[in-house]
Amino acid sequence: MTAIVRWLRKPAGRRTIVGYIFITPFMLGFLFWFLVPALTSLWLVVHDWNMIAPPEFVGLGNFRDLFTDKLFWQALKVTTAYTAIAVPLGMVLAFLLALLMNAKVRGITVFRTIYYLPSIVPAVSNAVLWAWILNSDFGLLNALLHVFGLRRVLWLQEPEWALPALILMSLWSLGGGMVIYLAGLQGIPNEFYEAAAIDGASAWAKLWHVTIPLMSPVIFFNLVMSLIGTFQIFTAGYLITNGGPQNATLFYVLYLWRNAFLYLKMGYAAALAWVLSFIIMGLTVFIFRGLGSRVYYEEVG
Amino acid sequence: MATTGAKLSAGGSLGVRRVRGGLSRRWLSQVMIWVVLVVGAVLMMLPLMWMVSSSFKLEQRVFQFPPQLIPDPFRPANYVDALTYKPFHIYFRNTAFLVLMNELAILLTASFCAYGFARMRFPGRDLWFAIVLSTMMVPYVVLMVPQFVIFSRLHWIDTFLPLTVPYFFGGGAFNIFLLRQFFRTIPEELADAARIDGCSEFAIYARIIMPLAKPALTTVAIFTFIGTWNDFMGPLLYLNSPQRFTVSVGLATFRSVLNTRWDLLMAASTATTLPIIIVFFMAQRYFVQGVVLSGLKG
Repeated sequence: MTAIVRWLRKPAGRRTIVGYIFITPFMLGFLFWFLVPALTSLWLVVHDWNMIAPPEFVGLGNFRDLFTDKLFWQALKVTTAYTAIAVPLGMVLAFLLALLMNAKVRGITVFRTIYYLPSIVPAVSNAVLWAWILNSDFGLLNALLHVFGLRRVLWLQEPEWALPALILMSLWSLGGGMVIYLAGLQGIPNEFYEAAAIDGASAWAKLWHVTIPLMSPVIFFNLVMSLIGTFQIFTAGYLITNGGPQNATLFYVLYLWRNAFLYLKMGYAAALAWVLSFIIMGLTVFIFRGLGSRVYYEEVG
Repeated sequence: MATTGAKLSAGGSLGVRRVRGGLSRRWLSQVMIWVVLVVGAVLMMLPLMWMVSSSFKLEQRVFQFPPQLIPDPFRPANYVDALTYKPFHIYFRNTAFLVLMNELAILLTASFCAYGFARMRFPGRDLWFAIVLSTMMVPYVVLMVPQFVIFSRLHWIDTFLPLTVPYFFGGGAFNIFLLRQFFRTIPEELADAARIDGCSEFAIYARIIMPLAKPALTTVAIFTFIGTWNDFMGPLLYLNSPQRFTVSVGLATFRSVLNTRWDLLMAASTATTLPIIIVFFMAQRYFVQGVVLSGLKG
């Protein structure tokens, strides 16, 4: 005890105290808004509770119910399909756009602004706007199809078109990723390309052996972050389609939301949340294992 | 497309390009890239133009196929109709209040924590910073249900408390991370000089680091503004009375009530998007800086 007190009087001890004072807000926040909720969730998951009647202990019953819940599987299927298409598509398009824009063309700042702007449109305005764009009778998208002589599509009424429509909508916001790639590309030193050119490398070879390896940390970061974000898509499904038609856009978080705040099945919703976070964590680990070793981290002096 | 792009992004210096392609080929690929970018830009702008155009149309003109791009007659009164149909002035006021509180919370506490992580050396610091980073990876959804249970136990439902108080505790992992990255770039010599003069760490934080960190703080302030303004799930979850709605929730209810008046809906959407666009154009360079700070240097 006295040893600790003596240590705390020394500069190193005093620095430790002051250091912890500085990070106290975060430590308290971590306790209140992270640790306590996480423990609460562990309690919820083994109970059947509607926030009114006394909670009933059900053990792993909530997880058992998941396996026979057709809507759970539907939500998982819809969300996985959406993520599996929207994330790679968005990433590739954003990367290609960044490559084009990095090509010292005229008006790059104007282009960057135009491509970035849609990604900061508020989620609700975005959803209301796209509900109107996808309107089958008078919407912009069908008007464009009409210009090209194509038949109109019932985007939000036909189960097979609703999900592609929302994927298209998500592509409109790819500017955020693009700006990150562009910043990364502009950080690649020219000497690498000059050296590759002296070795007689073709444009493809430069892309594969210089650009992509040097960009891999940025690509990797973007992949993990967009997977985490996209798996939790909610607003579009909630506001535009309300999960329909025929549950074709019943996103996982939308279904979780309904269970928690519509049916008041708090325990079941907690179970759904844990399953989703295990899926996301599993995917992240899988990506780290599979791609992590291929990510090239430049030695910074 | 990819090939030309890669090549041009690749050939940084003129000398390399001239050796490989010649002037006319370079000119041709520049034009091709430019055409692709212009077509893409038109496609990206169309939805926004469509939103603004619909917002000025007469009700019947909205239901015209094929649609007209420039409204005739031009009806600005849609904005008055839309924003008074529901008390949008209250929604704007509520949202502005939340923005102000969160700015205060995040700028003060995130910078405070970031100082500890960036400029102090003490046992356990790296462990705690790893915790900061790992909370960024945890899906919000896991915390949503238990947080709701906790806030309802505290009788905080239908108040602004769940949407502001948590931000006073470090202001979010991402902001701590971003500010820490910036604080680390400020030379140590300045702080050392102040220490010799007898300044405490708190004084160094308040008088030296904070004034020097204005660009990074501006970036955080902008992201906070956009995040709070655009937040939908939080207000949807915690606010029940219409007099407490934010613009997001207000617009969402507006749509559920008036789901075919696209003229008014687009006017309301444009009005709720406009502040974000204005902030963007006022502070464009801070956006890019935020992206560079957050996405690149590890």
